[in-house]
Amino acid sequence: MSDHDYRPKSKVGQWFNDRLPLLTLANHLTDYPTPKNLNYWWTFGGILTFCLITQIVTGLTLAMHYIAHADMAFESVEHIMRDVNYGWLIRYIHANGASMFFLAVYIHIFRSLFYGSYKSPREIIWILGIIIYLLMMAAAFMGYVLPWGQMSFWGATVITNLFSAIPLVGEGIVTWLWGGYSVDNPTLTRFFTLHYLIPFLILGLVVLHIWALHVPGNNNPVGIDIKKPSKDTVPFHPYIVIKDGFALLMFMIVFAFFVFYAPNILGHADNYIEANPMVTPAHIVPEWYLLPFYAILRSVPDKLLGVVAMLSAILILAVLPWLDTSKIRSAVFRPLYKQFYWILVADVLILGYVGAMPAEGLYLLIARVATAYYFLHFLVILPILGFKEKTLPVPLSITEPVLGGSPNLAAARNKESKIE
Amino acid sequence: MSEKKTKRRDFLFTATTAVGAVGAAAVVWPMIDQMNPDASVKALASTEVDVSSLTPGNTLTVLWRGKPVFIRRRTQEEINEARSVKMEDLIHPEKDEDRAKNPEWLVMLGVCTHLGCVPLNDKGDYNGWFCPCHGSHYDTSGRIRKGPAPWNMEVPKYEFVNENTIKIG
Repeated sequence: MSDHDYRPKSKVGQWFNDRLPLLTLANHLTDYPTPKNLNYWWTFGGILTFCLITQIVTGLTLAMHYIAHADMAFESVEHIMRDVNYGWLIRYIHANGASMFFLAVYIHIFRSLFYGSYKSPREIIWILGIIIYLLMMAAAFMGYVLPWGQMSFWGATVITNLFSAIPLVGEGIVTWLWGGYSVDNPTLTRFFTLHYLIPFLILGLVVLHIWALHVPGNNNPVGIDIKKPSKDTVPFHPYIVIKDGFALLMFMIVFAFFVFYAPNILGHADNYIEANPMVTPAHIVPEWYLLPFYAILRSVPDKLLGVVAMLSAILILAVLPWLDTSKIRSAVFRPLYKQFYWILVADVLILGYVGAMPAEGLYLLIARVATAYYFLHFLVILPILGFKEKTLPVPLSITEPVLGGSPNLAAARNKESKIE
Repeated sequence: MSEKKTKRRDFLFTATTAVGAVGAAAVVWPMIDQMNPDASVKALASTEVDVSSLTPGNTLTVLWRGKPVFIRRRTQEEINEARSVKMEDLIHPEKDEDRAKNPEWLVMLGVCTHLGCVPLNDKGDYNGWFCPCHGSHYDTSGRIRKGPAPWNMEVPKYEFVNENTIKIG
């Protein structure tokens, strides 16, 4: 890497770079040594950056036409859909873009869980990621309120009422959040303001997230520390740029399918009915990406404890680097963890499913078992597994098992073929 | 450094920090308080309702402070049912006599105390209200009997201005 001795070729470039070393930064990002065995699960960082930019650009253009007022918001959204040039396209990209953003972030998170990317020395990257994820949920929730449909209104009512579970000050906090005695115009205008603000906060955190990533460098499917630069690495450009670009194209095909062929399939029909404070829809459900946490909320019969369980389910991720006691990062070399990993994936999917179903009978029972298992995984299984599990031998470098010379040649080769 | 000098520095640091903290709080508070209900919201604090058309066994729903208020003209049967319940059977014990001063009229916020949905009339296991969101059952006095809601539906401040008019708030 040539971070320190980099010198632009042109005189103008040298003059500028001596005053503001932007070109040095660009050179660092271009040459940045990347493990050469990164698979397609590593392309979602780039995809997420694309999602964020898409949301910001479409959001800015929508804000030029949207009116944040309880009497006009619903109509202004219909105005965007019917009258504004390409308004339908921009709104459908923005609405489905939120779902695509969450799809990508869940793959990104579960990739980290599989390959142990949250472990030392990458804890700060991971925690920044969790904060970004929390902000994404806040932004998505407030954005969903803006069209001022029935689901917007009642979703906002139910979620803000979660704060009333706090003893003593809860009711005061809810009134403060609402700016009144119910969800109404003051609530809408402040949600619009915050919905506008949060993406820029996320953008700032993404910069920190990438900065923190560039200190130790990328984790990789084998999960070992590698020398940088070495024969285990390739420069970010053109190798990773091309790979990320190809994955992004594939992702955009899925994105475009939703935007053009099923733009409302991830939404809820009730949100095309204007908000009515006198009538609650028979079945309130959040957007799909919040369903697992909604299931956890409803699985606890006590109001306060339900809220505590739901928040803990998210915040427990922040301390994951210390709950997972195993020194081995990649699940490739952890035969037991790999199985528990897939059980957790199934558990979260089950929670998502029952979160969309009525909270009664068998669904409620399943939700309770799945909630218990979720916490069991992080609080009991992971800490114990680090001590009990017999891990497989880890190769000394990415290259050695392929070119020979590694003491763990056979094991590594065997495992590498399984990664593909 | 002499003892006296150190004390003087300490005092200045502490005094500066304290004044700075008070100043910061004085600036932050308006920023927080601006989000509380404003004067125009508070001005809508009371509403008058004509209930002359309401026959026994029916409910009128009106909007007060952005929330629905149920005005129920109860039948004798419903009153008897509400008044015969034992206090120990209640999750949030309140006498029906305290909730409905005039037994024929039950006035309460139509807001489920769980997460704020509007319960449905004449539904549920206790012939009162049922919240479709998370399954809370209320009796004919609007008291929580079954489900996740922690309290009875709230009775707002109200009075009969004359025989046919209720003033809420």
